[in-house]
Amino acid sequence: MIIASKKPIEEIIQEVKDYKRLLILGCNECVTVCEAGGKKEVEVLASALRMHFIKEGNEKKIDEKTLERQCDHEYLEEIRGIVDNYDAILSLACGVGVQFTAEKYHSTPLIPGVNTCFLGANEQRGMWTERCQACGSCILARTGGICPISRCAKRVMNGPCGGSSKGKCEINKELDCAWQLIVDRLRDLGRLDDYEIVAPIKDWSTERAGGPRKVVREDVQV
Amino acid sequence: MRLKCPANFRIVRLPCTGKIDVIHILRAFEKGADGVYVVGCMEGDCHFKSGNFRARKRVEQAAKILDKIGVGGERVKMFNLSSGEGPLFAQYSIEMDKKIKELGPNPVKVALQAKKKAA
Ligand code: SF4
Ligand code: SF4
Repeated sequence: MIIASKKPIEEIIQEVKDYKRLLILGCNECVTVCEAGGKKEVEVLASALRMHFIKEGNEKKIDEKTLERQCDHEYLEEIRGIVDNYDAILSLACGVGVQFTAEKYHSTPLIPGVNTCFLGANEQRGMWTERCQACGSCILARTGGICPISRCAKRVMNGPCGGSSKGKCEINKELDCAWQLIVDRLRDLGRLDDYEIVAPIKDWSTERAGGPRKVVREDVQV
Repeated sequence: MRLKCPANFRIVRLPCTGKIDVIHILRAFEKGADGVYVVGCMEGDCHFKSGNFRARKRVEQAAKILDKIGVGGERVKMFNLSSGEGPLFAQYSIEMDKKIKELGPNPVKVALQAKKKAA
């Protein structure tokens, strides 16, 4: 899923201070699971902002709403009837949700309430780690199910590099060397021969390097 | 046991302090409370194992938010005692009452009252 982290409340206060009527819009998917932008976070932020601005003598109308997803026309339509009641929307969805909402409601300013970080996993309660960079051409079959693009600091395709030491990466002693993990897992799977095969140059055109991407599926289009 | 407690606080009963969330604490301040304190069981004695540890973390989170918005994080506090310690319960309420009196009223409430008066 998409992992986001909360923006500092001071930053949010600065961004919203000039709007009189604000809608705080949460999202029920990724940002709920990573506890950055779900219904609960919307409630807490709304309450904190209301109190802050009352105290400053700058009372605002601050309402709360959480949609199933902000990256889907269907759910975003749910606010069409109320959007004109607000001077701005503070969206706690990931960057995709913020942008999609902005595209749909062209004349309403959108402010992001979270920092969108990466595609990752719920490693443990309160800890999320990166696993994929959406390169558009997955090579996990070759690398023992461990992604060297997202988990190797240098995105080395035939690793490890010379900085790998005792299973750790040279950029940080706490960080596992992705290629050590790959070699260990290939060994455990009895597939170390795969490791001998030199990976061809990766076609990065399917990654961001090729510009903004699009997936079109005519078979499911109606 | 007849114990003296300040008469200016309201008790909100919870099945376990683990039920408390940041929003409950913030709502109390939004509604004009001058302070909130959470009284949980002794650490290590939670019937549900970690309820009071969760509560402590949430109290800390609420305090951080209250600090950032200028209401003051010192207005919330977590206490622990065992269910047999009535005198300690009374003592904590006196302690908290004294502290809040020193801090003065909740600035959100003050601002709202001033606005009402002006209107
Ligand atoms: S190889 Fe590409 S698609 Fe596969 S996990 Fe890594 S970044 Fe994601
Ligand atoms: S030490 Fe390992 S993880 Fe770090 S850059 Fe080199 S190959 Fe990548």
